[in-house]
Amino acid sequence: MTKSITSTSRRRFLGGVGAAAGVAAATSSVPTRFAIGQQAKIKVGILLPYTGTFAALGHNITDAMKLAINQAGGKLGGREIEYIAVDSEADPAKATANTNKLVVGSKVDVITGPVHSGVAAAMVKITREEETLTVISNAGAGAATGEMCAPNIFRTSFTNWQPAFPCGSVVLKDGHKRVVMMYWKYAAGFEFAGGFRDSFVPGGGTVMKEIQVDFPNVEFQAHLTEIAALKPDAVYVFFAGGGAAKFVKDYHAAGIKIPLYGSGFLTDGVLQAQDEAAVGIKTTLHYANDLDNPANKKFRADFKAATNRDADVYAVQGYDTGTFLVQAYAAVNGDTGAKKQIIAAMEKATIDSPRGKFTFSKAHNPIQNIYLRQVKAPGQEVFLGVAHEALADPAKGCKMA
Amino acid sequence: MDASFFLIQTLNGVQYGFLLFLVASGLTLIFGIMGVINLAHGSFYMIGAYLAFWLVRETGSFALALVLGLVVALAVGWLVERVLIRHLYARDHLYQVLLTYGLILIFNEGQRLIWGNDVHGVLIPSSLTGSIPLTEAQAYPIYRLFMSACCIAVAAGMYLLIQHTRLGMTIRAGASNREMVEALGLDIDRLFALVFSLGAALAAFAGMLSAPVSSVYPGMGEQILIYSFVVVVIGGIGSIKGALVGALLIGLADTFARVLLPQVSGLTIYALMAMVLVWRPLGLFGRR
Repeated sequence: MTKSITSTSRRRFLGGVGAAAGVAAATSSVPTRFAIGQQAKIKVGILLPYTGTFAALGHNITDAMKLAINQAGGKLGGREIEYIAVDSEADPAKATANTNKLVVGSKVDVITGPVHSGVAAAMVKITREEETLTVISNAGAGAATGEMCAPNIFRTSFTNWQPAFPCGSVVLKDGHKRVVMMYWKYAAGFEFAGGFRDSFVPGGGTVMKEIQVDFPNVEFQAHLTEIAALKPDAVYVFFAGGGAAKFVKDYHAAGIKIPLYGSGFLTDGVLQAQDEAAVGIKTTLHYANDLDNPANKKFRADFKAATNRDADVYAVQGYDTGTFLVQAYAAVNGDTGAKKQIIAAMEKATIDSPRGKFTFSKAHNPIQNIYLRQVKAPGQEVFLGVAHEALADPAKGCKMA
Repeated sequence: MDASFFLIQTLNGVQYGFLLFLVASGLTLIFGIMGVINLAHGSFYMIGAYLAFWLVRETGSFALALVLGLVVALAVGWLVERVLIRHLYARDHLYQVLLTYGLILIFNEGQRLIWGNDVHGVLIPSSLTGSIPLTEAQAYPIYRLFMSACCIAVAAGMYLLIQHTRLGMTIRAGASNREMVEALGLDIDRLFALVFSLGAALAAFAGMLSAPVSSVYPGMGEQILIYSFVVVVIGGIGSIKGALVGALLIGLADTFARVLLPQVSGLTIYALMAMVLVWRPLGLFGRR
């Protein structure tokens, strides 16, 4: 016991010496706030689901974010970090209270998360007013970097529009002109459908019918009969999680041979459950597991070693959030008070991500490649090519764009 | 939209109705005979599906998994009744709602601890794979027809059990006058435990049967619970015949509303329920 106390105090003492040396060395170019702020840890707030349907996503994002920061020395701009995590339960009804817990209660320097778009809407509303630095590490709701965009709000994941937009061109290029669309009748479903339409219709394609299914209903049989009767050239769908697994199996079991397209979320995380039913499906997403770049190979190996789990798109987004924070705070030497300079550094950041290098748009959303993938064998989805290079979200309604 | 289109949609609706019946029959049994509102009924459906996933993986046989799963479900139902539910027979419905709602949370968390949150698939047994071509573009999976056959068998079995056996007679007697049955020297406590575990097993059986087509995922129980309650209310609380008719009505109404009135399809079944209740406040086959 005594021993541990001595060792901590010695470390603290050494840290103090180092800080003093740093201040002395940097002299006048360093803002005065630096010296004051130096004592405290940087508080990183995390609002992610650790229970419920999205728990696996929350854990992957968190673990990968910490992995990126630990690989950079475990500090942000030379300062120790205090992580404050709150379980969002992916519940929009609790999102305001949970965000306040972090922003007002714990006074975090930066807040990251969430998975659910409804939670993101509530979170962004608060951090906009409080001007808390916000890095969205999953939720794809367009509004967060659209009409709700703000200088202090960034996103390291995607907008729902982004992975959907290139798929329309892909379908046309494969020679399909008449398409039936099918998706859940809720915000994300509409945004994915809109993205697909934005490239498919101007490119000369015809949408024969849009079948909207009440969220989260998973009884598809009646609609499959409709699709079979309409006989389109191809079908574009947006479903995720359990619904995606069931839809793909039902589609296969109904013996419908019409080519199936979707966003990457149609197969991500449920590919094993879909088994042979998924073979042949083409999807577009901002990541593919087998991307051939050194950053991806290293990341997948490191993540596996650290967590004993296989990395997925969510882990990549968490990892990039970590890298992003490391770069931003390095630019101001950990001075959390220098918000303007941090934001300026963030806007100029280039992230060497496992998904390929990306930069940020004026609306603070990644300008990134969208990849085309295809399921070639049960449980095996492979990278086919780049569906759209350096795609930026149109950021409808954002005054900064 | 030709005749064959409507025929296939009718098949879809009937087939969906049978599955709803299987879940709802257990609910109406527990509700009608024991007077217990069991919100955790959907959890038994979820447990059944996860048991199917787990047992098929361990044993490699779907038939064996069905049998073992039924035994486990009966045991869980029995345990829940003996330890928790039986204390609430004399209490207000509100206590039962609170307790069984708590059970939903416990079962969901248990599912998370034991099986995790991943979505799992269950393979259709090889003897039931394949499908029958209906039109040039669509085929009907044999497994779905097998599910319907199972549901018909269960419906027939329940009818025989309740109307034509000694056990069924005591169940009916217990439902109409509990005190009298007790006074006649029958062990009503054990009878109720049996009915409850039977109801739970029916829901679990439905979950196991649908696991190969629906996949297995967290929260699957809550979805089916709402539909089951609508079926029970339409059919008349406690009536097995009512549950069958109600389930077929809901299955057909839901299927055709999706195709013909997609804008309001989410409301159809509730509108149907409201109409039935205006016409017959106790449901189609409900008795006071």
